[in-house]
Amino acid sequence: MPSYVITEKCDGCKGQERTACMYICPNDLMKLDRDRMKAWNQEPDQCWECYNCVKICPQQAIEVRGYADFCPMGANVIPLRGTDAIMWTIKFRDGSLKRFKFPIRTTPEGSIDPYAGKPEPDFSKIKEPGFFTHQGEGKEMPKP
Amino acid sequence: MEKETCTWSYCEKPEIVEIETDILLVGGGMAACGAAFEAARWATPKGIKIVMVDKAATDRSGSVAMGLSAINTYMGENDPADYVRYVRADLMGIIREDLVYDLGRHVDDSVHLFEEWGLPIWKTLDDGKKVDGAEGKKVGKLLKDGGKPVRSGRWQIMINGESYKVIVAEAAKKALEYNREATGMEQNHFERVFIVKLIPDANDPNRVAGAVGFSVREHKAYVFKAKCMLVAAGGCVNVFRPRSTGEGMGRTWFAVWNAGSTYTMPAEIGAKMVLMENRFVPARFKDGYGPVGAWFLFFKAKATNALGEDYCATWHEELKKRYGKYAEVLGTCLRNTAMMEDMKLGKGPIWMRTDLAFEEAKKVMDAKEIKHLEAEAWEDFLDMTIAQAGLWAANNIRPEEQYSELMPSEPYLLGSHAGCAGLWTSGPEDICKAHGLDEYFWGYNRMTTVDGLFTAGDGCGASGHKFSSGSHAEGRIAGKEMVRYVLEHQDYTPTLAKSADEYVAEIFLPFEIYEKYKNYTTDPTVNPHYIRPGMLQKRLQKIMDEYVAGAGYWYMTSKTMLEEGLRQLTLLKEDSAKMAAADHHELMRCWENYHRITAGEAHARHILFREETRYPGYYFRGDFPGIDDENWKCFTVSRINPETGQWEFEKIPYKQIIPD
Repeated sequence: MPSYVITEKCDGCKGQERTACMYICPNDLMKLDRDRMKAWNQEPDQCWECYNCVKICPQQAIEVRGYADFCPMGANVIPLRGTDAIMWTIKFRDGSLKRFKFPIRTTPEGSIDPYAGKPEPDFSKIKEPGFFTHQGEGKEMPKP
Repeated sequence: MEKETCTWSYCEKPEIVEIETDILLVGGGMAACGAAFEAARWATPKGIKIVMVDKAATDRSGSVAMGLSAINTYMGENDPADYVRYVRADLMGIIREDLVYDLGRHVDDSVHLFEEWGLPIWKTLDDGKKVDGAEGKKVGKLLKDGGKPVRSGRWQIMINGESYKVIVAEAAKKALEYNREATGMEQNHFERVFIVKLIPDANDPNRVAGAVGFSVREHKAYVFKAKCMLVAAGGCVNVFRPRSTGEGMGRTWFAVWNAGSTYTMPAEIGAKMVLMENRFVPARFKDGYGPVGAWFLFFKAKATNALGEDYCATWHEELKKRYGKYAEVLGTCLRNTAMMEDMKLGKGPIWMRTDLAFEEAKKVMDAKEIKHLEAEAWEDFLDMTIAQAGLWAANNIRPEEQYSELMPSEPYLLGSHAGCAGLWTSGPEDICKAHGLDEYFWGYNRMTTVDGLFTAGDGCGASGHKFSSGSHAEGRIAGKEMVRYVLEHQDYTPTLAKSADEYVAEIFLPFEIYEKYKNYTTDPTVNPHYIRPGMLQKRLQKIMDEYVAGAGYWYMTSKTMLEEGLRQLTLLKEDSAKMAAADHHELMRCWENYHRITAGEAHARHILFREETRYPGYYFRGDFPGIDDENWKCFTVSRINPETGQWEFEKIPYKQIIPD
């Protein structure tokens, strides 16, 4: 389902060097047309429909339209991603709706302190199996 | 044909940025993030520098970019020896048991970290009630403190994984920042830089000294020098003609940006590859490729043919006749075989009976619980294959009422999921020495046969079923070993075999060619002087599908078919010297497809070398339809001789260390 950008809603991320969708697309698909200050998907047939551009767009200007070579028209799936949960609205071809909310994260964004409270590496054991965490906690690695 | 060279006569020479580091991580997915986390802890107090290069934004790069609804490798109460038995059975008896056991004994620590960092993991409470990850965090215990996960299978646990990669990337980026601050580097995390080639050392052709690539955003080339390197850039997708015919070609089962770089770049400097004949053909929800694991394991749904027959049961006796002991329990590829046999008899469509699963659930659940089950079914797609949710909605499919079609997909090359293609690496010293596995050990765990070049995740062959958590853990194993490598090679100064200028001219050649010839025709799309990346990919996919056992040919091939396919692949490879790119995006597509060609060629040559059908249901050799343990229960290992360009093959014995 390639993503598309709604002309009226996209503001080109207000002329910053790159747009949010360009920043995040794992397949480098989103481009900014600087004359119009509008983003677009430059290669729809390489779009995985990962929805990362949809989720990150500050204007909610990006949606997804089912792959035209196999998907009937008329449905859509729209996320609203917050800091700890995501809401999904699914519209069926027949017009009925379903809504779901799922947790995405149990800690605040940016709060990870990767080595806080973790053991120091023990260089006398660097050749032995086990991570610095196992070794620091005195865990023996089993052997077959 | 006339050879083209880049003399910067038509395209502007880019700025060349040269970066020196001790450890280079090529890739930014689960394996590379694991490597960054473990290596930075060991390296930083010693002043050892680590640099990560990712072709995308690490928050959403790699195969977990969309998210996942389960972690498929978590030992918990299980013995890693049983994990080896399970992986061995699913991969038809030939795996590196040292690598798989090693992964099993390490993996849980990564899962515990994910939970600590904020990944919601479903919990089973003391009264047997199952709760989602947010609720589980509030009322349950952490896994590492004895909390019980919700098992969908013996090895799988359920998560709310929409932000799985964002969380893992945050920890990796913080680890890299800790290393950068302590070692005084200006920058050690490069996003949107695509690595094209590895560079051998000037004084030792079997040693890696660096890597060269370019920015997809600016007109800049990057040349990295490193004492050792991890290449973990995913598997290979879109090497075969996909079932989709238009826009849907992007809706591959595995992440579409996996371009085979992990195999081709090391192979080009002489790294050995193993079991590259192996592939994965996932049978998934048709067209959207939504996951089936939770449907089979968690919701207890059954798949049947259109007549309501369980094809795995009806074909079981026949499969035992054909494949003997390997068919006693039907692994993934043999279940595919049964499905394909029914499809060939016109007994399709194959249905996943989601409706019957709900009917069964209603017998033991109340209305509220059923509502919850329905939400879980949708979340399974929304966390990791959103397209499938859209496809259901577009077809007015409600899983509690209407069953859905399954289909075996186009083939994929990978080493982390239910496949085991990859590079041939050294194993862990303690296991290899204790079990006399001399052929599997040469100094550093997860190092390839090129000195200083490591791999993990999809890169490390003969050891599938790692999935996301196992790829992270394997990256950590390699990360720790790379620090040891640097400590033990303090006197080594990498020297590039050729000048940076020469490498940069080589990788910008598609720009030069495009600029030189684009005005020869009125429309640059059709031009006799070059091939654009889109057509390069389509030509590769057509050859692979038609001669190398693609979905369009019922996964069937033979010596004669492979030889013709290889003739055509050779011409395609020659034509890749005429690739043309109009912008940086296309330049990346050119080299991605170049990587796909050699990965595809390796696959074809390996299938040709192995004269049996080891993986029925993934591919069939019409001329050798059976499994031949006497001659082929061994590792098939290949190498491209960097001096001659010739492919060399050898058999290396399979050694069993975990008893049946």
